[in-house]
Amino acid sequence: MGFSVHEIRQDFPALAQSVHGKPLIYLDNAATTQRPVQVLEAIERYNHFANANPHRGVHYLGTEATRAYEQARERVARFINAGSRKEVIFTRNATEALNLVAFAFGLAQVKAGDEIVLCISEHHSNLVPWQQIARLTGAKLKYLYLDEEFCLTHKEIQAKITDTTKIVAIAQMSNVLGTIYPVREIAGWAHSQGAVVVVDAAQSIPHQVVDVQALDADFLVFSGHKIYGPMGIGVLYGREELLREMPPYQFGGDMIEYVEEESSTFAPLPQKFEAGTPNVEGAVGLAAALDYVESIGLKQIAEHERNLTAYALEELRKLRWVRVHGPLDMAQRGPVISFEIEGCHPHDVATILDTYGVAVRAGHHCAQPLMNYLKIPASSRVSFALYNTKEEVDVFLESILNVRKWLGYGS
Amino acid sequence: MDLSALYTQIILEHSRSTRNKRQLTCATCKERGHNPSCGDDITIELQLEDGRVVDAAFTGVGCAISQASTSMMIDLIKGKTTGEVAQLTDTFLAMIRQELDNDSSLKNLGEAVALKGISQMPARVKCAVLAWHTLQEAIKTGA
Repeated sequence: MGFSVHEIRQDFPALAQSVHGKPLIYLDNAATTQRPVQVLEAIERYNHFANANPHRGVHYLGTEATRAYEQARERVARFINAGSRKEVIFTRNATEALNLVAFAFGLAQVKAGDEIVLCISEHHSNLVPWQQIARLTGAKLKYLYLDEEFCLTHKEIQAKITDTTKIVAIAQMSNVLGTIYPVREIAGWAHSQGAVVVVDAAQSIPHQVVDVQALDADFLVFSGHKIYGPMGIGVLYGREELLREMPPYQFGGDMIEYVEEESSTFAPLPQKFEAGTPNVEGAVGLAAALDYVESIGLKQIAEHERNLTAYALEELRKLRWVRVHGPLDMAQRGPVISFEIEGCHPHDVATILDTYGVAVRAGHHCAQPLMNYLKIPASSRVSFALYNTKEEVDVFLESILNVRKWLGYGS
Repeated sequence: MDLSALYTQIILEHSRSTRNKRQLTCATCKERGHNPSCGDDITIELQLEDGRVVDAAFTGVGCAISQASTSMMIDLIKGKTTGEVAQLTDTFLAMIRQELDNDSSLKNLGEAVALKGISQMPARVKCAVLAWHTLQEAIKTGA
Protein backbone atom coordinates (compact mmCIF):
# COMPACT_ATOMS: atom_id res chain seq x y z
CA MET A 1 0.00 0.00 0.00
CA GLY A 2 1.32 3.44 -0.89
CA PHE A 3 1.75 6.21 1.60
CA SER A 4 -1.19 8.63 1.41
CA VAL A 5 -0.85 11.55 3.79
CA HIS A 6 -4.40 12.65 3.03
CA GLU A 7 -5.76 9.27 4.09
CA ILE A 8 -3.59 9.30 7.18
CA ARG A 9 -4.92 12.70 8.19
CA GLN A 10 -8.44 11.23 8.35
CA ASP A 11 -7.24 9.16 11.30
CA PHE A 12 -6.39 12.25 13.38
CA PRO A 13 -9.47 14.13 14.59
CA ALA A 14 -7.39 16.90 16.17
CA LEU A 15 -6.04 17.92 12.77
CA ALA A 16 -9.48 18.70 11.37
CA GLN A 17 -10.05 21.72 13.62
CA SER A 18 -9.57 25.42 13.02
CA VAL A 19 -7.76 27.76 15.38
CA HIS A 20 -8.17 31.54 15.26
CA GLY A 21 -10.38 30.94 12.22
CA LYS A 22 -7.59 29.20 10.28
CA PRO A 23 -7.05 25.48 9.62
CA LEU A 24 -4.74 24.11 12.29
CA ILE A 25 -1.22 23.42 11.06
CA TYR A 26 0.39 21.46 13.83
CA LEU A 27 4.18 21.70 13.65
CA ASP A 28 5.01 21.08 17.29
CA ASN A 29 5.34 17.32 17.04
CA ALA A 30 8.66 17.15 18.85
CA ALA A 31 6.77 18.36 21.94
CA THR A 32 3.88 15.96 21.53
CA THR A 33 2.11 14.27 18.65
CA GLN A 34 -1.62 14.06 17.98
CA ARG A 35 -3.34 10.69 18.38
CA PRO A 36 -5.13 8.64 15.73
CA VAL A 37 -8.61 7.24 16.30
CA GLN A 38 -7.05 3.78 16.46
CA VAL A 39 -5.33 4.82 19.71
CA LEU A 40 -8.34 6.69 21.09
CA GLU A 41 -10.60 3.72 20.37
CA ALA A 42 -8.22 1.19 21.92
CA ILE A 43 -8.23 3.23 25.14
CA GLU A 44 -12.01 3.50 25.04
CA ARG A 45 -12.38 -0.25 24.45
CA TYR A 46 -10.15 -1.00 27.39
CA ASN A 47 -12.16 1.31 29.64
CA HIS A 48 -15.46 -0.12 28.45
CA PHE A 49 -14.63 -3.81 28.62
CA ALA A 50 -11.43 -4.59 30.49
CA ASN A 51 -10.78 -2.08 33.26
CA ALA A 52 -9.68 -3.55 36.59
CA ASN A 53 -6.52 -3.56 38.67
CA PRO A 54 -4.03 -5.82 36.90
CA HIS A 55 -1.89 -8.50 38.59
CA ARG A 56 -4.39 -8.77 41.46
CA GLY A 57 -7.91 -9.70 40.53
CA VAL A 58 -8.81 -13.32 40.06
CA HIS A 59 -12.09 -12.18 38.54
CA TYR A 60 -12.76 -11.86 34.83
CA LEU A 61 -11.96 -8.17 34.45
CA GLY A 62 -8.82 -8.48 36.55
CA THR A 63 -7.57 -11.11 34.16
CA GLU A 64 -8.51 -9.00 31.13
CA ALA A 65 -6.66 -5.97 32.51
CA THR A 66 -3.58 -8.07 33.23
CA ARG A 67 -3.70 -9.50 29.74
CA ALA A 68 -4.09 -6.06 28.13
CA TYR A 69 -1.19 -4.65 30.14
CA GLU A 70 1.17 -7.55 29.52
CA GLN A 71 0.28 -7.71 25.83
CA ALA A 72 1.20 -4.04 25.61
CA ARG A 73 4.55 -4.86 27.18
CA GLU A 74 5.16 -7.57 24.62
CA ARG A 75 4.17 -5.14 21.87
CA VAL A 76 6.78 -2.67 23.06
CA ALA A 77 9.42 -5.39 23.38
CA ARG A 78 8.81 -6.40 19.77
CA PHE A 79 8.85 -2.81 18.53
CA ILE A 80 12.31 -2.10 19.96
CA ASN A 81 13.58 -5.67 19.52
CA ALA A 82 14.18 -6.24 23.24
CA GLY A 83 15.49 -9.68 24.16
CA SER A 84 12.50 -10.37 26.38
CA ARG A 85 9.43 -8.75 27.94
CA LYS A 86 11.28 -8.65 31.27
CA GLU A 87 13.47 -5.93 29.83
CA VAL A 88 10.54 -3.55 29.30
CA ILE A 89 9.51 -1.41 32.28
CA PHE A 90 6.56 0.95 32.02
CA THR A 91 7.04 4.41 33.49
CA ARG A 92 5.13 7.71 33.37
CA ASN A 93 7.36 9.15 30.64
CA ALA A 94 10.94 9.24 29.38
CA THR A 95 11.93 11.56 32.23
CA GLU A 96 10.82 9.08 34.87
CA ALA A 97 12.60 6.29 33.02
CA LEU A 98 15.83 8.32 33.03
CA ASN A 99 15.44 9.10 36.72
CA LEU A 100 14.96 5.39 37.34
CA VAL A 101 18.24 4.57 35.60
CA ALA A 102 20.06 7.45 37.29
CA PHE A 103 18.92 6.63 40.81
CA ALA A 104 18.59 2.83 40.74
CA PHE A 105 21.66 2.17 38.57
CA GLY A 106 23.79 5.33 38.61
CA LEU A 107 23.71 5.98 42.31
CA ALA A 108 24.82 2.41 43.12
CA GLN A 109 27.45 2.11 40.39
CA VAL A 110 29.06 5.53 40.10
CA LYS A 111 31.88 6.35 42.51
CA ALA A 112 33.79 9.53 43.33
CA GLY A 113 36.19 10.34 40.52
CA ASP A 114 34.19 8.44 37.89
CA GLU A 115 32.96 10.36 34.88
CA ILE A 116 29.49 10.64 33.38
CA VAL A 117 29.54 11.77 29.75
CA LEU A 118 26.60 13.65 28.20
CA CYS A 119 26.15 15.55 24.97
CA ILE A 120 25.84 19.34 25.24
CA SER A 121 22.50 19.15 23.42
CA GLU A 122 20.85 16.89 26.01
CA HIS A 123 17.30 17.65 27.03
CA HIS A 124 17.11 18.58 30.72
CA SER A 125 15.50 15.20 31.37
CA ASN A 126 18.76 13.45 30.42
CA LEU A 127 20.94 16.04 32.11
CA VAL A 128 19.54 17.18 35.45
CA PRO A 129 19.24 13.63 36.90
CA TRP A 130 22.93 13.03 36.04
CA GLN A 131 23.92 16.30 37.66
CA GLN A 132 22.26 15.02 40.81
CA ILE A 133 24.08 11.68 40.59
CA ALA A 134 27.38 13.49 40.09
CA ARG A 135 26.67 15.69 43.09
CA LEU A 136 25.67 12.76 45.31
CA THR A 137 28.58 10.51 44.33
CA GLY A 138 31.39 12.97 43.69
CA ALA A 139 31.57 11.93 40.04
CA LYS A 140 32.39 14.40 37.27
CA LEU A 141 30.16 15.42 34.37
CA LYS A 142 31.83 15.74 30.99
CA TYR A 143 30.17 17.05 27.83
CA LEU A 144 30.55 16.08 24.21
CA TYR A 145 30.65 19.28 22.15
CA LEU A 146 29.54 19.69 18.55
CA ASP A 147 31.40 20.73 15.42
CA GLU A 148 30.32 23.59 13.10
CA GLU A 149 27.84 21.25 11.43
CA PHE A 150 26.18 20.57 14.81
CA CYS A 151 27.46 16.98 14.74
CA LEU A 152 29.74 14.85 16.90
CA THR A 153 33.13 13.86 15.54
CA HIS A 154 34.85 10.52 16.16
CA LYS A 155 37.67 12.49 17.71
CA GLU A 156 35.39 14.16 20.23
CA ILE A 157 33.75 10.84 21.14
CA GLN A 158 37.08 9.09 21.64
CA ALA A 159 38.62 12.00 23.52
CA LYS A 160 35.81 12.38 26.04
CA ILE A 161 34.76 8.76 26.61
CA THR A 162 37.68 7.05 28.37
CA ASP A 163 38.28 4.27 30.86
CA THR A 164 37.24 6.62 33.69
CA THR A 165 33.80 7.01 32.08
CA LYS A 166 31.16 5.03 33.93
CA ILE A 167 28.04 6.15 32.10
CA VAL A 168 27.40 7.72 28.70
CA ALA A 169 23.90 9.21 28.46
CA ILE A 170 22.91 10.55 25.05
CA ALA A 171 19.82 11.34 23.03
CA GLN A 172 19.66 9.54 19.71
CA MET A 173 18.25 12.71 18.14
CA SER A 174 18.45 16.28 19.43
CA ASN A 175 15.07 17.85 20.14
CA VAL A 176 16.52 21.25 19.21
CA LEU A 177 18.99 20.72 16.38
CA GLY A 178 17.48 17.64 14.82
CA THR A 179 20.95 16.07 14.75
CA ILE A 180 20.96 12.26 14.77
CA TYR A 181 23.94 11.09 16.78
CA PRO A 182 25.92 7.94 15.94
CA VAL A 183 24.65 6.01 18.97
CA ARG A 184 25.85 2.67 17.70
CA GLU A 185 29.36 3.94 17.25
CA ILE A 186 29.27 5.68 20.63
CA ALA A 187 28.03 2.49 22.30
CA GLY A 188 30.79 0.44 20.67
CA TRP A 189 33.48 2.81 21.85
CA ALA A 190 31.93 3.30 25.31
CA HIS A 191 31.71 -0.45 25.86
CA SER A 192 35.35 -0.86 24.88
CA GLN A 193 36.11 1.63 27.67
CA GLY A 194 33.93 -0.23 30.18
CA ALA A 195 31.10 2.35 30.27
CA VAL A 196 27.35 1.74 30.27
CA VAL A 197 25.26 3.48 27.61
CA VAL A 198 21.89 5.13 28.27
CA VAL A 199 20.01 6.19 25.12
CA ASP A 200 17.22 8.76 25.15
CA ALA A 201 15.10 7.77 22.16
CA ALA A 202 12.20 10.13 22.95
CA GLN A 203 12.81 12.14 19.77
CA SER A 204 14.04 9.43 17.44
CA ILE A 205 11.48 6.70 18.04
CA PRO A 206 8.65 8.10 15.86
CA HIS A 207 11.02 8.72 12.95
CA GLN A 208 13.31 5.72 12.57
CA VAL A 209 13.63 2.05 13.46
CA VAL A 210 14.97 1.83 17.00
CA ASP A 211 16.48 -1.59 17.68
CA VAL A 212 18.03 -1.84 21.14
CA GLN A 213 20.15 -4.85 20.21
CA ALA A 214 21.44 -3.35 16.96
CA LEU A 215 22.26 -0.13 18.84
CA ASP A 216 23.89 -2.15 21.61
CA ALA A 217 22.15 0.09 24.16
CA ASP A 218 22.32 -0.90 27.83
CA PHE A 219 19.33 1.28 28.64
CA LEU A 220 16.94 3.09 26.30
CA VAL A 221 13.96 5.27 27.12
CA PHE A 222 11.06 6.89 25.29
CA SER A 223 7.64 8.43 25.88
CA GLY A 224 4.33 7.25 24.44
CA HIS A 225 3.00 10.70 23.62
CA LYS A 226 5.75 11.52 21.12
CA ILE A 227 4.84 8.48 19.00
CA TYR A 228 1.09 9.09 18.66
CA GLY A 229 0.26 7.47 22.00
CA PRO A 230 -1.18 9.00 25.15
CA MET A 231 0.63 11.09 27.77
CA GLY A 232 1.47 9.46 31.10
CA ILE A 233 3.09 6.32 29.70
CA GLY A 234 6.78 5.86 29.02
CA VAL A 235 9.20 2.99 28.58
CA LEU A 236 12.49 1.99 30.07
CA TYR A 237 14.34 -0.76 28.28
CA GLY A 238 17.25 -2.25 30.22
CA ARG A 239 19.50 -5.23 29.60
CA GLU A 240 18.21 -8.00 31.82
CA GLU A 241 21.43 -8.65 33.70
CA LEU A 242 21.68 -4.95 34.61
CA LEU A 243 18.04 -4.65 35.66
CA ARG A 244 18.31 -7.81 37.75
CA GLU A 245 21.19 -6.41 39.80
CA MET A 246 19.56 -3.02 40.35
CA PRO A 247 17.69 -2.18 43.55
CA PRO A 248 14.04 -1.12 43.16
CA TYR A 249 13.39 2.54 42.41
CA GLN A 250 10.09 2.94 44.24
CA PHE A 251 8.51 0.74 46.87
CA GLY A 252 4.97 -0.37 47.55
CA GLY A 253 2.34 -2.61 46.06
CA ASP A 254 2.82 -4.72 42.94
CA MET A 255 6.62 -4.71 43.20
CA ILE A 256 6.89 -7.09 46.19
CA GLU A 257 7.03 -10.81 46.71
CA TYR A 258 6.73 -11.33 50.50
CA VAL A 259 6.22 -8.54 53.00
CA GLU A 260 6.84 -9.07 56.69
CA GLU A 261 6.73 -6.53 59.49
CA GLU A 262 10.39 -5.60 59.19
CA SER A 263 11.42 -6.56 55.68
CA SER A 264 10.27 -7.52 52.21
CA THR A 265 11.45 -9.39 49.19
CA PHE A 266 10.85 -7.97 45.78
CA ALA A 267 9.04 -9.19 42.72
CA PRO A 268 11.07 -10.41 39.74
CA LEU A 269 11.45 -8.33 36.56
CA PRO A 270 9.69 -6.37 35.29
CA GLN A 271 7.33 -5.87 38.26
CA LYS A 272 10.26 -4.99 40.55
CA PHE A 273 10.33 -1.53 38.95
CA GLU A 274 6.59 -0.91 38.72
CA ALA A 275 5.36 0.03 42.18
CA GLY A 276 1.68 0.82 42.55
CA THR A 277 -1.26 0.47 40.18
CA PRO A 278 0.09 1.05 36.68
CA ASN A 279 -1.31 3.13 33.84
CA VAL A 280 -2.94 0.25 31.96
CA GLU A 281 -4.97 2.39 29.59
CA GLY A 282 -1.78 4.31 28.76
CA ALA A 283 0.05 1.07 27.97
CA VAL A 284 -2.88 -0.11 25.85
CA GLY A 285 -2.90 3.22 23.99
CA LEU A 286 0.85 3.04 23.43
CA ALA A 287 0.57 -0.50 22.03
CA ALA A 288 -2.14 0.70 19.64
CA ALA A 289 0.09 3.60 18.59
CA LEU A 290 2.97 1.23 17.82
CA ASP A 291 0.58 -0.96 15.81
CA TYR A 292 -0.49 2.15 13.93
CA VAL A 293 3.06 3.23 13.14
CA GLU A 294 4.01 -0.25 12.02
CA SER A 295 0.93 -0.57 9.83
CA ILE A 296 2.10 2.48 7.89
CA GLY A 297 5.75 1.56 8.06
CA LEU A 298 8.62 3.48 9.63
CA LYS A 299 10.50 3.53 6.34
CA GLN A 300 7.58 5.24 4.57
CA ILE A 301 7.11 7.62 7.48
CA ALA A 302 10.81 8.50 7.51
CA GLU A 303 10.84 9.15 3.78
CA HIS A 304 7.78 11.39 3.94
CA GLU A 305 9.20 13.39 6.83
CA ARG A 306 12.58 13.63 5.14
CA ASN A 307 10.95 15.16 2.06
CA LEU A 308 9.13 17.75 4.18
CA THR A 309 12.28 18.58 6.13
CA ALA A 310 14.49 18.88 3.06
CA TYR A 311 11.93 21.16 1.40
CA ALA A 312 11.48 23.36 4.47
CA LEU A 313 15.23 23.65 4.98
CA GLU A 314 15.82 24.55 1.36
CA GLU A 315 13.15 27.26 1.43
CA LEU A 316 14.23 28.66 4.81
CA ARG A 317 17.80 28.97 3.56
CA LYS A 318 16.61 31.24 0.76
CA LEU A 319 15.54 33.83 3.33
CA ARG A 320 18.60 35.88 4.18
CA TRP A 321 17.14 36.89 7.57
CA VAL A 322 16.62 33.31 8.73
CA ARG A 323 19.32 31.33 10.50
CA VAL A 324 18.91 27.57 10.97
CA HIS A 325 20.49 25.93 14.02
CA GLY A 326 21.17 22.35 13.02
CA PRO A 327 22.81 20.20 10.34
CA LEU A 328 21.98 20.95 6.71
CA ASP A 329 23.05 17.47 5.60
CA MET A 330 19.88 15.38 5.54
CA ALA A 331 21.87 12.25 6.37
CA GLN A 332 22.72 13.74 9.76
CA ARG A 333 19.31 14.96 10.81
CA GLY A 334 15.67 14.22 11.58
CA PRO A 335 12.51 16.30 11.01
CA VAL A 336 13.12 19.00 13.64
CA ILE A 337 14.23 22.47 12.51
CA SER A 338 15.25 25.21 14.93
CA PHE A 339 15.63 28.66 13.48
CA GLU A 340 16.00 32.32 14.28
CA ILE A 341 14.48 35.25 12.41
CA GLU A 342 16.70 38.29 12.51
CA GLY A 343 15.29 40.99 14.76
CA CYS A 344 12.35 38.85 15.87
CA HIS A 345 12.27 37.11 19.21
CA PRO A 346 11.08 33.47 19.00
CA HIS A 347 8.20 34.18 21.35
CA ASP A 348 6.85 36.88 19.06
CA VAL A 349 7.40 34.55 16.10
CA ALA A 350 5.31 31.83 17.76
CA THR A 351 2.51 34.26 18.71
CA ILE A 352 2.29 35.63 15.19
CA LEU A 353 2.44 32.20 13.51
CA ASP A 354 -0.29 31.02 15.89
CA THR A 355 -2.67 33.62 14.50
CA TYR A 356 -2.15 31.99 11.09
CA GLY A 357 -3.07 28.63 12.62
CA VAL A 358 0.55 27.47 12.64
CA ALA A 359 1.64 25.86 15.93
CA VAL A 360 5.40 26.09 16.52
CA ARG A 361 7.51 25.95 19.63
CA ALA A 362 9.53 28.88 20.97
CA GLY A 363 11.95 28.96 23.85
CA HIS A 364 14.93 27.02 25.11
CA HIS A 365 13.30 23.63 24.39
CA CYS A 366 14.41 22.26 27.78
CA ALA A 367 18.03 22.47 26.64
CA GLN A 368 19.49 25.52 28.39
CA PRO A 369 23.12 24.31 28.29
CA LEU A 370 22.82 23.97 24.51
CA MET A 371 21.33 27.46 24.22
CA ASN A 372 24.27 28.84 26.20
CA TYR A 373 26.69 26.85 24.04
CA LEU A 374 25.11 28.29 20.87
CA LYS A 375 25.02 31.72 22.55
CA ILE A 376 21.33 32.24 21.80
CA PRO A 377 18.63 32.95 24.39
CA ALA A 378 15.96 30.95 22.58
CA SER A 379 14.91 29.68 19.17
CA SER A 380 11.79 28.86 17.20
CA ARG A 381 11.23 25.26 16.20
CA VAL A 382 9.10 23.39 13.69
CA SER A 383 8.92 19.62 13.86
CA PHE A 384 7.16 17.34 11.40
CA ALA A 385 5.15 14.15 11.81
CA LEU A 386 3.75 11.59 9.42
CA TYR A 387 0.54 13.62 8.94
CA ASN A 388 2.10 16.92 7.87
CA THR A 389 1.88 18.00 4.25
CA LYS A 390 3.91 20.06 1.82
CA GLU A 391 0.96 22.49 1.65
CA GLU A 392 1.27 23.01 5.39
CA VAL A 393 4.97 23.73 5.03
CA ASP A 394 4.05 26.31 2.39
CA VAL A 395 1.61 28.05 4.73
CA PHE A 396 4.28 28.06 7.41
CA LEU A 397 6.78 29.64 5.00
CA GLU A 398 4.29 32.29 3.87
CA SER A 399 3.41 33.07 7.49
CA ILE A 400 7.07 33.61 8.28
CA LEU A 401 7.13 36.47 5.78
CA ASN A 402 4.26 37.99 7.74
CA VAL A 403 6.18 37.72 11.00
CA ARG A 404 8.70 40.20 9.68
CA LYS A 405 5.94 42.54 8.50
CA TRP A 406 4.10 42.52 11.83
CA LEU A 407 7.29 43.31 13.65
CA GLY A 408 7.96 46.27 11.40
CA TYR A 409 10.48 44.90 8.91
CA GLY A 410 10.00 45.39 5.17
CA SER A 411 10.63 41.75 4.29
CA MET B 1 -6.66 37.42 18.32
CA ASP B 2 -5.89 40.72 16.66
CA LEU B 3 -2.20 41.17 16.05
CA SER B 4 -2.62 44.81 15.17
CA ALA B 5 -3.77 45.47 18.73
CA LEU B 6 -0.70 43.70 20.06
CA TYR B 7 2.17 44.77 17.85
CA THR B 8 1.20 48.42 17.76
CA GLN B 9 3.52 51.14 16.56
CA ILE B 10 4.20 52.27 20.10
CA ILE B 11 5.07 48.78 21.33
CA LEU B 12 7.34 48.12 18.36
CA GLU B 13 9.08 51.46 18.87
CA HIS B 14 9.69 50.81 22.53
CA SER B 15 10.80 47.25 21.88
CA ARG B 16 13.58 48.46 19.62
CA SER B 17 14.41 51.70 21.37
CA THR B 18 17.84 51.89 22.98
CA ARG B 19 17.03 55.04 24.94
CA ASN B 20 16.52 53.22 28.25
CA LYS B 21 18.87 50.41 27.45
CA ARG B 22 22.15 51.11 29.17
CA GLN B 23 24.00 50.65 32.43
CA LEU B 24 23.76 53.30 35.14
CA THR B 25 26.99 54.68 36.49
CA CYS B 26 25.47 55.47 39.90
CA ALA B 27 23.00 52.61 40.37
CA THR B 28 21.93 52.07 43.98
CA CYS B 29 20.11 48.86 43.27
CA LYS B 30 20.02 46.28 40.55
CA GLU B 31 17.87 43.22 39.92
CA ARG B 32 17.87 40.52 37.27
CA GLY B 33 14.62 38.96 36.15
CA HIS B 34 14.08 36.20 33.65
CA ASN B 35 11.46 33.93 32.21
CA PRO B 36 13.45 30.74 31.80
CA SER B 37 10.89 29.10 29.54
CA CYS B 38 11.05 31.75 26.83
CA GLY B 39 14.46 33.31 27.28
CA ASP B 40 13.43 36.82 28.38
CA ASP B 41 16.29 38.00 30.54
CA ILE B 42 16.55 41.57 31.80
CA THR B 43 18.47 43.46 34.45
CA ILE B 44 16.99 46.63 35.87
CA GLU B 45 19.12 49.27 37.53
CA LEU B 46 17.80 52.09 39.66
CA GLN B 47 19.37 55.15 41.18
CA LEU B 48 17.31 55.85 44.28
CA GLU B 49 17.85 59.03 46.29
CA ASP B 50 15.69 60.02 49.27
CA GLY B 51 13.00 57.58 48.24
CA ARG B 52 12.82 58.86 44.69
CA VAL B 53 13.86 57.24 41.38
CA VAL B 54 16.45 59.65 40.06
CA ASP B 55 17.41 57.44 37.16
CA ALA B 56 16.54 54.00 35.81
CA ALA B 57 17.72 51.83 32.93
CA PHE B 58 17.85 48.23 31.80
CA THR B 59 19.94 45.75 29.86
CA GLY B 60 19.12 42.32 28.52
CA VAL B 61 17.26 40.45 25.83
CA GLY B 62 13.74 39.29 25.26
CA CYS B 63 10.67 39.37 23.08
CA ALA B 64 9.06 42.56 21.79
CA ILE B 65 6.51 42.51 24.60
CA SER B 66 9.00 42.14 27.44
CA GLN B 67 11.35 44.74 25.97
CA ALA B 68 8.59 47.25 25.30
CA SER B 69 7.07 46.75 28.72
CA THR B 70 10.44 47.36 30.38
CA SER B 71 11.17 50.46 28.34
CA MET B 72 7.74 51.97 28.98
CA MET B 73 8.01 51.23 32.67
CA ILE B 74 11.33 53.01 32.91
CA ASP B 75 9.93 56.11 31.21
CA LEU B 76 7.07 56.05 33.68
CA ILE B 77 8.95 55.64 36.96
CA LYS B 78 11.71 58.19 36.45
CA GLY B 79 11.28 61.00 38.97
CA LYS B 80 8.59 59.14 40.94
CA THR B 81 8.77 58.29 44.64
CA THR B 82 9.00 54.62 45.58
CA GLY B 83 5.46 54.91 46.94
CA GLU B 84 4.18 56.17 43.61
CA VAL B 85 6.14 53.45 41.81
CA ALA B 86 4.54 50.79 44.02
CA GLN B 87 1.10 52.15 43.16
CA LEU B 88 1.81 52.22 39.44
CA THR B 89 3.10 48.67 39.61
CA ASP B 90 -0.08 47.53 41.35
CA THR B 91 -2.17 49.26 38.70
CA PHE B 92 -0.20 47.72 35.84
CA LEU B 93 -0.35 44.20 37.27
CA ALA B 94 -4.07 44.59 38.00
CA MET B 95 -4.65 45.72 34.41
CA ILE B 96 -2.88 42.64 33.06
CA ARG B 97 -4.71 40.34 35.47
CA GLN B 98 -8.03 41.98 34.58
CA GLU B 99 -8.56 42.90 38.23
CA LEU B 100 -9.18 46.62 37.85
CA ASP B 101 -12.57 47.72 39.18
CA ASN B 102 -12.60 50.83 37.07
CA ASP B 103 -10.35 52.09 34.33
CA SER B 104 -9.80 55.56 35.79
CA SER B 105 -6.38 54.66 37.20
CA LEU B 106 -5.17 53.50 33.75
CA LYS B 107 -4.40 57.08 32.74
CA ASN B 108 -1.54 57.03 35.27
CA LEU B 109 0.19 54.29 33.34
CA GLY B 110 1.03 56.49 30.36
CA GLU B 111 2.12 54.54 27.28
CA ALA B 112 2.14 51.25 29.21
CA VAL B 113 -1.64 51.16 28.71
CA ALA B 114 -0.78 49.91 25.23
CA LEU B 115 -0.11 46.52 26.85
CA LYS B 116 -3.67 46.12 28.09
CA GLY B 117 -4.46 43.66 25.29
CA ILE B 118 -1.97 41.18 26.76
CA SER B 119 -4.55 40.37 29.42
CA GLN B 120 -6.34 38.41 26.68
CA MET B 121 -3.25 36.35 25.87
CA PRO B 122 -2.40 33.99 28.73
CA ALA B 123 0.74 32.70 27.02
CA ARG B 124 2.23 36.21 26.90
CA VAL B 125 1.25 37.60 30.30
CA LYS B 126 4.58 36.66 31.83
CA CYS B 127 6.42 38.62 29.14
CA ALA B 128 4.52 41.79 30.01
CA VAL B 129 4.84 41.52 33.80
CA LEU B 130 8.50 40.49 33.99
CA ALA B 131 9.88 44.04 34.22
CA TRP B 132 7.37 45.07 36.84
CA HIS B 133 8.02 42.11 39.12
CA THR B 134 11.74 42.70 38.72
CA LEU B 135 11.21 46.35 39.63
CA GLN B 136 9.39 45.32 42.82
CA GLU B 137 12.34 43.14 43.79
CA ALA B 138 14.85 45.86 42.94
CA ILE B 139 13.11 48.39 45.16
CA LYS B 140 12.84 45.85 47.97
CA THR B 141 16.59 45.28 47.93
CA GLY B 142 17.33 48.98 47.54
CA ALA B 143 15.07 50.16 50.36
